[in-house]
Amino acid sequence: MQVTEFLTLLLLLAGAGFFLAGTVGLLRFPDVYTRLHAITKADNVGLGLVVAGLLLQAESLAAMGKLLLIWLLVLLASASVAHVVARTALRKGIRPWKR
Amino acid sequence: MDILYSGMALFLLLTLVAGLWRVLRGPTPADRMLAAQLFGTTAVASLLLLAQAAGRPYLRDVALVFALLAAVTAVAFVRRAWTVWEDDDAGD
Repeated sequence: MQVTEFLTLLLLLAGAGFFLAGTVGLLRFPDVYTRLHAITKADNVGLGLVVAGLLLQAESLAAMGKLLLIWLLVLLASASVAHVVARTALRKGIRPWKR
Repeated sequence: MDILYSGMALFLLLTLVAGLWRVLRGPTPADRMLAAQLFGTTAVASLLLLAQAAGRPYLRDVALVFALLAAVTAVAFVRRAWTVWEDDDAGD
């Protein structure tokens, strides 16, 4: 196995771990704010690691650019969505969870 | 390597199925929308993996469309379906 393939394997497995953590957080966390925290990790880091792993295997520069563009789009989307949802939830009077 | 890509795409689909439980339970519409948001990202990741596994580069364009729509759907949801109407006069 080549070095790049090994790196891809590592990055993809790490990404899968983040997706799993995001889903577990979505299922287990107590309120909308903590769930936002969980899913933005999967969005940003999980997809970022998967994209980084696939970048090493991309066949052309154009394919690499497209992968990076997809990741940047998702970053932008998840950041703005987290902000907008949290602000609306706060305005609607949903109290942040306290132990 | 192809088996790794396909296996990971399958794993991501399984986490997606687990996430459906949150869509069922709620309790607020925002929780359901957050689950849908996570599904969007998971779909993007598994499409990218499938594009690599099957050697079908056009699946990356599908992933690009998913990434674009994810932003639009969630913002449209908050602005149209879940907004606080009585606060509209106060401005943003």
